[in-house]
Amino acid sequence: MAVSVSRKFFSRLVGVRLVRRIAQTLLLILLLIVFNFFLIHLAPGDPVNYLAGQSGDEQYFALIRAKFGLDQPLLTQLWVYLSSVARGDLGYSLSHQQSVVSVILARVSATLLLIIPSIFIASSLGILLGVESARRQNSVVDRVINLFALLGHSLPAFSIGLLLLLFLSLQLGLFPAQGMTSASGDLKGLSYATDLISHLTLPCLTLVIVQLAQILRLARAEMLNVLDENYITAARAKGVGETRLLYVHALRNALIPVVTVIGSDLGMLLSGAVLVETVFGYPGLGRLMLEAIAARDYPVLLSLLLLTSVGVAVANFLTDTIYPALDPRIK
Amino acid sequence: MAILDIFGTQNTLWTSLFRRVLTRDVLATISIAVLGIFLFTAISADFIAPFDPLKTSNDTFQHPSWHFLFGTDDLGRDVFSGVVHGSRSSLMFSVFVSLASGLIGVLVGATAAFAGGLVDDVLMRLTEFVLIPPRFFLALVVAALFGTSFLYLVIILSFTYWTTMARLVRAQVLSLKERPFVEAATALGASRTRILLFHILPNAFPVIVTQIMLTVGSVILLQASLEFIGIGDADRISWGSMLHNGQHFIRDGWWMVVFPSLALALLVLALNILSDALNSTLNPKTRPVYPDKAV
Repeated sequence: MAVSVSRKFFSRLVGVRLVRRIAQTLLLILLLIVFNFFLIHLAPGDPVNYLAGQSGDEQYFALIRAKFGLDQPLLTQLWVYLSSVARGDLGYSLSHQQSVVSVILARVSATLLLIIPSIFIASSLGILLGVESARRQNSVVDRVINLFALLGHSLPAFSIGLLLLLFLSLQLGLFPAQGMTSASGDLKGLSYATDLISHLTLPCLTLVIVQLAQILRLARAEMLNVLDENYITAARAKGVGETRLLYVHALRNALIPVVTVIGSDLGMLLSGAVLVETVFGYPGLGRLMLEAIAARDYPVLLSLLLLTSVGVAVANFLTDTIYPALDPRIK
Repeated sequence: MAILDIFGTQNTLWTSLFRRVLTRDVLATISIAVLGIFLFTAISADFIAPFDPLKTSNDTFQHPSWHFLFGTDDLGRDVFSGVVHGSRSSLMFSVFVSLASGLIGVLVGATAAFAGGLVDDVLMRLTEFVLIPPRFFLALVVAALFGTSFLYLVIILSFTYWTTMARLVRAQVLSLKERPFVEAATALGASRTRILLFHILPNAFPVIVTQIMLTVGSVILLQASLEFIGIGDADRISWGSMLHNGQHFIRDGWWMVVFPSLALALLVLALNILSDALNSTLNPKTRPVYPDKAV
């Protein structure tokens, strides 16, 4: 039984549709890279001035142009850009004196450490609260949960972060206010882990609140839709307990749209992470982005835009692929 | 005559909509009042604000009191006056962006649905493409490359916010153009443009207005976030720029952070509750809509 179910699941995943989706996603990524290239070229200012610095005459400028291929036609430059991106070369960061890829790689783990736990906590908490508030539709509890969800949805990430920082850290002194680890350094093993977790709690909590409302409200609405269906009445008549009915029979079908929302919200989550990292002085990609703006480090900025866009495209691809496998009604 | 008819149906639709909102939903009623207060404040900010929000003084870090309702900041500027003037820049910016992007969305959606075929395909692929780059990052990068003037930011955001509207309007037009009243208009010899402008779009109007309202809330949040990062018009006081400044002094003056945040939350909450109520009146069976939360 279990084997045949999983076999069906995988047979729905692969096939013509999948190949088409992969091709579409690759084309989309190509277009994003081209878009990025033209964004650089539309920007005001001659890159030569930037490369040559203050000094230099026309002869020197021409030399620089030839060296960096800036005298080539636009399409040739586009081709050079595309092939270097394909090789994994995103350019050179002048402010860090390193390749953009290594600058970004050095920061990416800190941001992932923040984002991944927040996704898990927000989705499990959101689904739980959504189911419970659907169970008590229109009760006081339902209304209170919904109002708080809307409130969380109406505050920008940085306001939530600042308010949490103010009350839980500065007033009550429960958590450290800034950074990823204590400045004193040299902690090892368990004490390092607790130090890290206490620094992560507030930024992570902020990101949970940012995502919670959307997941909760969708889970509630989907549950209400599913609970109207005949098979639920049948299960209830058969004598299935209410909790089992909600969490096993109904949730299975209600979860499908919720999964897509969790997947497609990556862009919002990354933007939220930038703001939260700013508030808590957390050394991740968000801080890198702000430093790049201050230092006018365009290669880093544009690479971050490109990478987040590609991330969203891939997340959309994954949700689109998983969706029909979860829901046999969709072809 | 035809025009009068259209306004007639619009009127009954709108009045019934608002009557339902008003009688059934206390929260929606409060939200309308809150929105009204913010609009009034934005329009008459010069008369309400007791001080010039940008004028510095020697009264730095004053606690909230009767003289300084929301306290003063590190340069002795009155926070209450800042919040009052901030409502103006927030609402003005977001209404501009919402109307401009709404117009683009209606044009794209209606054209796609009405033309069909290749045009539809191309426009919908374009919509999918524009949806991909996260708005916040795009706005950040473009502002860093091209500059942060009011006009630039309005243009950039208008060109990223139209996608949801385009999809909604396309779906509406597709379903409306199969209705009998369109057939009747065609039989009477009305041109395609006339049918689209005077018969189909007025019926899609409630959906369009609800979507514009959702966009306003989302743009307010996005603009505040950009300003919090330090990207915005430096000559204009706004909630985001007040918070940008206030975060450095959060230990010395909680009021510099709390009051602009509350103003933001209250305005966006009112907009969200109201569009939620409108939407559930329009389509009671469908899923709730969300303001695309950009940040």
